[in-house]
Amino acid sequence: MRAICLYLHIHQPIRYREYSIFDVANDSNYYNDHYDSRQSNERIFKKVANKSYRPMLNLLENNMQRFPEFKVSFSITGTWLEQAERWAPELIAQIDRMVKSGQAEIVGETYYHSLAYFYNLDEFNDQVLMHSQKIERLFGVTPKVFRNTEFAYNDSLAKWADEKGYKGILAEGWDKILGWRSPNHVYRPAGCENIKLLLKNYRLSDDIAFRFSNRAWAEWPLTVPKYTDWINMDCLRGNLINLFMDFETFGEHQWEDTGIFNFMNAFIPDWLSKYENKFVTVSEACDLYEPADEISMPDTITWADTERDLSAWLSNKMQVSAMQELYNLRDQILSTNDGQLIADWRYLTTSDHPYSMCTKYWNDGDVHAYFSAYASPYESFMYFMNVLRDIEFRIKK
Amino acid sequence: MMKILMLGWELPPHNSGGLGVACFNLAKALARQGVNIEFVVPYDADHPDANFMKILPATHLDPIYRYGGGSYASMNVLEELIPSVDKEVLVSIREIQKQYCDYVDKYLKNHRPDVVHAHDWLTYEAGIIAKKGHNVPLIAHVHATEFDRAGMHSGNPLIHEIEYEGLMMADRIIAVSETTKRIIHDKYRIPLSKIDVVYNSLDENYDKGNYCFDEKTYRYIESLKQSGHTIISTVGRFTIQKGLPNLMRAAALAISKNPKLIFIFAGDGEERNELINMAAELGIAKNVIFTGFIRGKKLRDIYTLADIFVMSSVSEPFGLTALEAAHHGDVLILTNQSGVSEIIWSALKYDFWDKQKLADEILAVANNSALKESLQENVQNEYRKISWNQVAKKCLKIYNRIIKHKRNH
Repeated sequence: MRAICLYLHIHQPIRYREYSIFDVANDSNYYNDHYDSRQSNERIFKKVANKSYRPMLNLLENNMQRFPEFKVSFSITGTWLEQAERWAPELIAQIDRMVKSGQAEIVGETYYHSLAYFYNLDEFNDQVLMHSQKIERLFGVTPKVFRNTEFAYNDSLAKWADEKGYKGILAEGWDKILGWRSPNHVYRPAGCENIKLLLKNYRLSDDIAFRFSNRAWAEWPLTVPKYTDWINMDCLRGNLINLFMDFETFGEHQWEDTGIFNFMNAFIPDWLSKYENKFVTVSEACDLYEPADEISMPDTITWADTERDLSAWLSNKMQVSAMQELYNLRDQILSTNDGQLIADWRYLTTSDHPYSMCTKYWNDGDVHAYFSAYASPYESFMYFMNVLRDIEFRIKK
Repeated sequence: MMKILMLGWELPPHNSGGLGVACFNLAKALARQGVNIEFVVPYDADHPDANFMKILPATHLDPIYRYGGGSYASMNVLEELIPSVDKEVLVSIREIQKQYCDYVDKYLKNHRPDVVHAHDWLTYEAGIIAKKGHNVPLIAHVHATEFDRAGMHSGNPLIHEIEYEGLMMADRIIAVSETTKRIIHDKYRIPLSKIDVVYNSLDENYDKGNYCFDEKTYRYIESLKQSGHTIISTVGRFTIQKGLPNLMRAAALAISKNPKLIFIFAGDGEERNELINMAAELGIAKNVIFTGFIRGKKLRDIYTLADIFVMSSVSEPFGLTALEAAHHGDVLILTNQSGVSEIIWSALKYDFWDKQKLADEILAVANNSALKESLQENVQNEYRKISWNQVAKKCLKIYNRIIKHKRNH
């Protein structure tokens, strides 16, 4: 038997607007900008909903109705769910139908898509619990498999998840860690009792997520027979193919006119047409296979960039200082018991914010390759710190 | 060997601004690439450092007269500078331009350059003579348009006309930035495909020489810095083009949030009195320092003293002072309407009218050491990105293209 574990990550941050120092102590609206502005969460959410969420969820649901063996796993952040509740509640209803049919599983994570694990364990626990409660309220299920924001993973995180009783945890299948081993097996994280580790097959995932529309790629255009051939070849290294990617791959990163939807629509039935092939959810993958080996990742590995580390989020002075100042306020924030203030503070923990302050690729002048809601990393930092000032002002009030 | 006849209006040490420095560096870098350059200037003087090319004096006038008494500098300025001079000798800029044209016309009867490369409107008429009368390919190099000088309003109609004709007649146009390319297209309706962008670079000798900052000279400003003040500087002519009233209004806004801000306005020009008056009326006179016109070491001292350099121009074709300030470790705040903002990423930017955003940016740098240090450090890797050798290579490509095109027709 050969199984594809298709896992899609669904997330939108709640962006702060170009919040001026002259707004501090006067206007505490950080997150609701006018519709046409660059940071309008509503405009961006509705745009991506039309280009990606709606057509792809329809595609997935159609295939689930046609093929009971077709299954998907989602991780859905709290900040996405809040925005969907406001601007596209039918998307939540649609995901709920898929969950109820038993063909979709929801993965656990932090509510705010934060890197709290690296700053404050109490905050991290709170956000994971908040997420789990939100998922239970909306979909009536409790996440059994965990993924951390940006796939930021290390041995101690695995231990934490093991102790919390998760069945599995997701991470990047990075060659430097795996060595000769293949990501197409289930592993046991070092020093853990029960939990299983599922590793992203980044080559086969990135063929779709990053290379699909790249005309300079020698393999362009990617066809179903070609891709199936590659998977068949890869199955010689193990029978579990973990295709982990952003949900927005479909329609937003790869636009409809690249043929990405047609590709998926053809690929799913084609894969299932062979009797030995199936799709599994992340929990099913954990149940199906015994660990092939133990894997240790003492240093944090992420799914980003060639470095696969946290440097895009937490390396330059601005990122370090913004996160430090943010988490320093936690005790004072919580002691106010002011729900709105606590939420406003927590929205700032979303990892997209320090990412927008990243200067790693900024000096190259290659701004076109750089996607951000802000004119520059410096401006993003500037507005972030102004919001933080107002939050501090509200604590003291 | 490729022969280029350059038409310019000034070269160091007889320059009043950036135009002469840019022409000098460009010619030098081209000469290094093996180009034979002859450079026409409208006066007769020694250029001790320019032995890599042949300098041709179009008149026998002293360099001081080169901007005449016409629209460029006022007659009064010249009279003040040289009070003993006989007014009859003060020829108008139009008269000098006519002599310049005659000289180029005569010169081309016996010489055959591959390309004539004319710098700014002052020399475009001579360039047109070369093109029309002698069938030599013409490049019009735009360091600034009359729209820039007039703060994006209409300027002198005669200059507009000369500029327009030069741009129309030219085989190719070189603009010093995308901003300038846009203006040439939007205002003069020249097709974008006819215009190449070639950025300027910092003067090659800028970091050589023996500049040394002496802390004891500026005890007052140093003491302010030690007591936690942030120093913001701006440098340039006080003219409508530079957008300084908006900077002054932004200064008042910023000072209302943080009184420990000192603004140094270095330069002079027709807006000086208006600016002094504005500082007083806004109640920030104590936070604003006017230095008058400065150059050389004193100018470098201002860059060194300052934490932030603001380029507030309504329209700035390039903006070399920003690169100089970066060299001295300043944080740069640039208008989106400046050419230099197209090649510098490690800077804060704003639209020239947005005084609140400028105030926001000044305050953010003054209040966040992480932001200040990031901008300071990152711009260091950037400001030398473009060298004069690269500039020369781009020009050479354009020359070759024109010459080939001409041969084929």
